[in-house]
Amino acid sequence: MTPEVLPWIVLFLPLVAAVLITLFTQRNRELSATLSIGAVVTAFILSVIFRALVGWEPAVRESSAAWLSVGDFQVDFGLRFDPLSLAMLLLVTGVASVIHIYSWGYMKEDRSLPRYFAGLSLFTFSMLGIVLASNFVQLFIFWELVGVSSYTLIGFWYERPAAADAGKKAFITNRLGDFGFLIGLLLVWTSLGSLNFTVLQGNLAADPQALGTLATAAGLLIFCGAMGKSAQFPLHVWLPDAMEGPTPVSALIHAATMVAAGVFMLCRVSFLLNANALEVIAWIGGFTALLSAVIGIQQDDIKRILAYSTLSQLGYMVMAVGLHGPTPAMYHLTTHAFFKALLFLGAGSVIVAMHHEQDIWKMGGLRKKLPVTFWTFVAGTLALCGLPPFSGFYSKDSILAQAAEHNLGLLIVGVVVAALTPFYMFRLLCVAFLGSPKSDAAGHAKESPQGMLWPLRILATLSIIGGFIGIEQLYARQFPQHVEPEATFLQTLIGPFVHAPVPAFSGLAAALLGLVAAWALYAKAAEDPLPARLGALSRWMRNRFYFDELYEATLIPLHDFLAAIAGWFDRWIIAGLAVRGTHGTIELVGRALRLLQTGNVQTYAFLFAMGVALVLYLVLK
Amino acid sequence: MTIGLEHYLVVSAMLFVLGVAGVIVRRNLLVIYMSLELMLNAANLALVAFSRFNNNLDGQVFVFFVITVAAAEVAVGLALIVAVYRRRHSVHAEDLRTLKL
Repeated sequence: MTPEVLPWIVLFLPLVAAVLITLFTQRNRELSATLSIGAVVTAFILSVIFRALVGWEPAVRESSAAWLSVGDFQVDFGLRFDPLSLAMLLLVTGVASVIHIYSWGYMKEDRSLPRYFAGLSLFTFSMLGIVLASNFVQLFIFWELVGVSSYTLIGFWYERPAAADAGKKAFITNRLGDFGFLIGLLLVWTSLGSLNFTVLQGNLAADPQALGTLATAAGLLIFCGAMGKSAQFPLHVWLPDAMEGPTPVSALIHAATMVAAGVFMLCRVSFLLNANALEVIAWIGGFTALLSAVIGIQQDDIKRILAYSTLSQLGYMVMAVGLHGPTPAMYHLTTHAFFKALLFLGAGSVIVAMHHEQDIWKMGGLRKKLPVTFWTFVAGTLALCGLPPFSGFYSKDSILAQAAEHNLGLLIVGVVVAALTPFYMFRLLCVAFLGSPKSDAAGHAKESPQGMLWPLRILATLSIIGGFIGIEQLYARQFPQHVEPEATFLQTLIGPFVHAPVPAFSGLAAALLGLVAAWALYAKAAEDPLPARLGALSRWMRNRFYFDELYEATLIPLHDFLAAIAGWFDRWIIAGLAVRGTHGTIELVGRALRLLQTGNVQTYAFLFAMGVALVLYLVLK
Repeated sequence: MTIGLEHYLVVSAMLFVLGVAGVIVRRNLLVIYMSLELMLNAANLALVAFSRFNNNLDGQVFVFFVITVAAAEVAVGLALIVAVYRRRHSVHAEDLRTLKL
C-alpha cells in the first residue's frame, strides 16, 4: 500500500460517518457520537502517519483519478500534497477532533444529537476536500459543500427563528461571494486553459501576461469567494449572526474551517493575484479588521464579541495575503485556529455553566467557579491579544512586519487594531470572570465535565507554544519567501524584536495600551461606562454601524426588485408565452382539425380521392 | 379506324371515374360495393390492354390473380354487409358513423 492512499481515507472517513449516522443510527445517540468522533480522530491519526511517512514535501505531489471530460475540458478528482495542504490537513483534523470530543460533553442533552454529529462530520469532510483539492472545480464543489453544511449547523436549532434566519443569511451571503468566484474561475479557465493548480502555476510562470488585462478582474472575482467565506467587508454580516448555532459549531466555523477556507484559498492561488488586486485585497482586509474590532468593543454577548474578534483577525490574514505575504497569513491562520477554538470552547463552557446565558453583564466572578475554563481562557486571550511569548504575538508580528515592509498606512491600521483587540478581550475577561457575580446563575456556576475541559487544556497548550514549533518555517517552504530559521529557543523568543523592531515594539506597545485601558475601565465596572462617555458613537458600535439595517434598506429592495422582474419574466414570458403558447397553439389547431372527422366513410373516400388526384396532378404535371 | 391503346385506356379511366363517383355519391353499401368492383375492373381492363399492346403476358396473368382475389373479397365483403345489416338494420353509409368520437 502506498502512503498516498492514506489521505483518501482521511478525506472520506468523515463522509462515511455522516452517511452512516444519517441512514442508520439516528436513534442511537452514543453510537452516532462514537462514529463521528471516531472517524475524525482516526482521520487525524492517519494524517499524522501520512506526514511521518512522506515528510512535509512529498515526492508525489498529486494523487488523482480522471473524473469527467467534456471535449477538451478535463477534470480530475485529485488530492494535492504540499506543505500548505499537509499543514492544513493536520490543523483541520486536529482542531476538528478536539471540537468533536468537546461536542459530546456540550451537546449531551440535545435531543437531535445524531443530526448534529452528522452535520459536523459532513462539515469536516467538506473542509478536508477544500484543503486537499488539486483543482479549482473540486475546490469549488467542496467550497459549496462547506456552505451547505454550515447552513445545516448554524440553523441546527431551527425551531428558533433567529437560528433559521442566521443559517439562511450565512448561506445566501456566501452564495453572493461564490457567484463572483465562479465567474473568476471561468475567466481563469478561458484564458489559461486549465483549472489544475499545478498546471495553472506552470502556465502562468511560462507566460506571465497570459491573463492580460483581465488579471486584476480575475483576481478580484476570485477574492469575492474568499470575501464571502472569510466574511470580509462588505459580506461580513453573516458571521456574527452565525453565533446562533451551537457553540462548538461556532468554534469549528471560526477556527479551522469555513472562514479559514477563504484565506486558505487565497494563499493557494496567490500566484494568480497581481499587484493591483493584492492592493485592493489588503485594504479590504485592513478595513474589515478595523471595523469589526471597533464594533467588538460594544458587544455584550460573549459569543458575538468573539465573532467580531474573528472577523478582525481574518481581516489581518486577508491583509497579509494582500501584502504579498501568504506565509504570515497562514501562520496567523494556524495560531488563530488554536486560540480561537480555545476561546469559543471556553465560552461554551461558560455558557453551559450559566445555563445558556450569554450576556457578559450577567456573569462576573466566574474565575473561582470555573478555574480551568478561566485559566485556559486567559491563555487564549493573551494569545489573541498578541502578547509575547504567546503564539498570537509571533504570527501577528509577522503580519505587521509584512505591512511595515510594503505599506505604511496598513501598518498603522494593524497597530490600531492590535490596540483594540486587547481592549475588547479584556473587557470580556474582566466583566465575565472577575469582580462579583452579577446574577444568580453566575453565583451558582459549576465547572464543566472533564470531557469538555481536556480539549481546552490541549488547545491552551498549543496557543502558548504555537510560536515556537516552526509553523512559519513550514509555510515558508510553500511560498517563495525568506524566513530566518532560528537556531535556539531564545532566538525564537526575541526574534521579532531583532529582525523588525519597529512593528514588533509598536504592536506590543499598542497591545499593552489596550490592555491597560480595558483594565482601568472595566476591572470594577458593574455596567458599561462607555455608552455614557462616547454617546452616539457607542450606539453606532452597538448596532454594528447599522450595516444590517443598511442592507435591509438598500440591497433587499433591490434584490426583491430583481426577483420580481425575474418572476414576471418567468410567469409571463417563459410560462405564459413559451409554454402556454405552444400548448395553446396545438390545442387550437387540434380543435380545427377535429371538425374534419365526420365519421362518414364517404367523406373520407372523397378526401382520399381528391388527395390522390392532387398528387397525380402534381406528379404528372 | 384502328382501335389503339388510348381507346382502351380512356374506357378504363371512364369506368374508374364512374366507380369513384359511385363510391362517393351512393348511399347504399351494396351499391358502393359494386362501384368498388367497377374500379377494380377498370384497372383490370388497363392491365389487359397494356399486356396486349406490349406483347407481354405478365399483365394478363396479373389480372387472373386480381379476379381471384376479388372473388374472395366479394365473399368476405358481402358477408360483412350482411352482418352489419343484421346488427343495425340498415345498409346506408350515413347511418354508420361510429368512427366519429
